This record gives sequence, C-alpha cells and structure tokens, in this order.
Amino acid sequence: MPSCLLVDDSRVVRIVARKIFEDLHFSCDEAENGQEALDKIAVESPDVVFLDWNMPVMSGIECVVRIRSMTLFKQPKVIFCTTENDFGKITEALTKGADEYIMKPFDGDAVKSKLAILGLL
Amino acid sequence: MTLLAADFEFIAKLIHQKNGLMLTPEKEYLLETRLSPIARKWNLSDLPALVRKLRVFAEPALLEEISDAMTTNETLFFRDLKPFEALKAEILPKLCAARKGTKRVRIWCAAASSGQEPYSIAITLLEEKHKYPDIQFEIIGTDINKDILKRAEEGIYTQFEVQRGLPIQLLVKYFKQDGDRWQIKDELRRMVQYKVFNLLQDPAQFGQFDIIFCRNVLIYFDIATKQKIVERLHSRLAHDGYVVLGGSEAMLGISEKFTVPAGLRSIYTPLSK
Ligand SMILES: C[S@@+](CC[C@H](N)C(=O)[O-])C[C@H]1O[C@@H](n2cnc3c(N)ncnc32)[C@H](O)[C@@H]1O
Repeated sequence: MPSCLLVDDSRVVRIVARKIFEDLHFSCDEAENGQEALDKIAVESPDVVFLDWNMPVMSGIECVVRIRSMTLFKQPKVIFCTTENDFGKITEALTKGADEYIMKPFDGDAVKSKLAILGLL
Repeated sequence: MTLLAADFEFIAKLIHQKNGLMLTPEKEYLLETRLSPIARKWNLSDLPALVRKLRVFAEPALLEEISDAMTTNETLFFRDLKPFEALKAEILPKLCAARKGTKRVRIWCAAASSGQEPYSIAITLLEEKHKYPDIQFEIIGTDINKDILKRAEEGIYTQFEVQRGLPIQLLVKYFKQDGDRWQIKDELRRMVQYKVFNLLQDPAQFGQFDIIFCRNVLIYFDIATKQKIVERLHSRLAHDGYVVLGGSEAMLGISEKFTVPAGLRSIYTPLSK
C-alpha cells in the first residue's frame, strides 16, 4: 500500500484530503506544519507528501527545500496543494523541488489526476 | 412536464437525424434538462410547446441550438494518458520515418470539444519536435458544436480544467495566467485549425490524414451510424495511418478493416486495402 503524508495546518483540509487518499488506497499520516512533516518523513519515508504552502512554524516551501536535501532511501513525490495560485509561486515551487502542484480549492479528481501523472495510481 | 410518447419519438428522431445521437425513452430527463432553457429562450411555455413548434417548422437556428444543447462536451487534457504516450513513443517515430519524402504529418481531431484534446496533441508534438526537425505538422480540430469550438479557439481554461490531466510543468510552459484563468500560448493555438463539422457528413473536403483522433464520441451513436462514420474515417486515413478511439471504445462489431498494433490499446491501423 502506498503511503502519503498530509501536511496542512487546517484540520478540515487534512480530513478532506485523507478521505480522498484513503479512497485511492493510500495509507495516510498527518502533520500540521513543515517541521512536524520533516520529523515524520525522516522516520516514515512516505511515497507522497501532500503539502500546503502557508503554515506556522515552517512553511511548505522551506519544507520542500529541506526534504530535497535529506538523505533518504527514497525521495518522496511532493505535491503542493495551496491557495498560492500565482504563476511565480508555482514556478518557485517547481524549481525548489516540487513534483506537482494543486491550486486550491481542490477536489478528488485533481488529486487523482496528479497521482496518475506521477505514476502513483 | 412529461412528453407524450409520440412527441418524444418525434424529437428523438429529429436529434438522431441531425446529431446521430441515440436517445432511448429512459433518457427523457436529458431532453428536459437540456431543452427547457431553449424553450424559455424562444418564448415557449414548455417542452411540449417546443415540440409543437418544431412539428410546424423546424427553424434552422432553433434546430442548431437544440443540436448543440444535446452534445456532451466533457473532456480533459491528456485524457487516459496512454494514447498520448503511444503518440510519442510509437506513432510519431514510425510515421515521421515513413514521411521523410512528403515531410508532412496531418492529424485530425474529430470531436475536439473545448480544445483539450487537440492541444494535448499539439503539446506532445512540440515536446517531440526536435526529433523531427524536417516534418511539418498540421492539426485540424472539428466538432458539431460551434460554440464549444469558439471556446477551443480562445483556448482559455478555468483553474478547475487545467488541473485535470495536465502536468504542472506543461501548464507553466504552455499557458499564460490571467487571474484564475489560463490561456494557451499563441505558439500552440496557431498549431490547431478549427472547423465546424458534423461526423454524419462526408469528410472528403479535409483530404487525407495520417492520424485520426475520434475519441469518446462514437459511444453516442447507434451501430449503423458508427459503421458509417468509421467507414469514412477509413477512407480518409493513409494506408499506414492510425485511428485513436476512446478508452471504452473499440472497432469490434463496427469494422473489420482495422487491426490493433502489438502493445497498443484503443489504437488502430488499417489492414491493407
Ligand atoms: C465527450 S466529448 C469528447 C471530447 C474529446 N474527444 C475527448 O475524448 O475528451 C464529445 C464531443 O463530440 C461532439 N459531437 C457529438 N456529436 C457529433 C457529431 N455528430 N459530429 C461531430 N461532433 C459531434 C460533441 O459536441 C462533443 O464536443
């Protein structure tokens, strides 16, 4: 079973995302900010990190940079999911190591589509 | 307001003649939801009143609105992914090698809808073009619905639409952002020529094609209509060309003039003529 770490400071978003990923047969864990995500990634090495941008403690963009500098057995795919919908932000995320990018509001079809593109479905 | 059986039959037949669309009685709700707004627009009280008007005189403008309203335009970028991978890995290398002489590859997208499919083809071609520097590509996108083709021509998509099927790298590479809308860049837009065309008509005017995408449209037709259309696609196709159908469509029971190349799905080549 593929695994996913859902990183968002909104509990509601995490609940919605968890439902979507679990329906697609992913096992899920959650983190409320970038720092908590890094701690979990080091231990759990998930296949996918579903990452918000704006969060307290550590933002998603700082988080992805740190993920890419970690020595992991296998680097996760990182999918941003954020209200930062600007062209410049998207390209910034891509240059800093994101694999895919979802602009909020999001739905199950968008998630499914991105996972298929990344070869995870 | 429900229709009398005779009224249903009348309008179903009209739509079948115009669009090829097969409407069975259990699809009456489709007539209701899609045609009621048109009835109101034409100052008719309800669907039966619309049918009464049509029985007297089927005004072409009204008929066209009905025809357009009955089309299902659901589509997405890189639908099913596989056909576009096959285009890149199998079809283009073979065809371009075979077209060293004419240096031209012509592609017909026969149910273009709002443009996601022809632009997915165009993007694939642009990404691969460096391998075939001498080949000139031509894409023609047709659809029966002129309003949806206008959207295709504009190439402006909502945030929702660009998040279905399109890899993010291709979004930032080939689209311009305008608020929460995304417009396809001119370089891509210029690659596709759009024309209103009803698949029930003879496509001889378009000449011969090397690849025909005819995806997720045959499903709406009855078997006799499918057979007639596929026969015409066959007549427009180069002897070494390809027909690409939708993921749930097949030639089985429609035509025996095609075969599936090894390793491919929903993609057909003609048996030797
Ligand atoms: C479901 S869409 C498929 C779009 C695209 N090929 C895809 O696979 O995503 C079907 C399209 O076929 C068009 N269509 C329906 N009947 C047609 C006809 N008789 N001739 C030409 N186009 C037709 C509709 O207007 C609609 O845009």
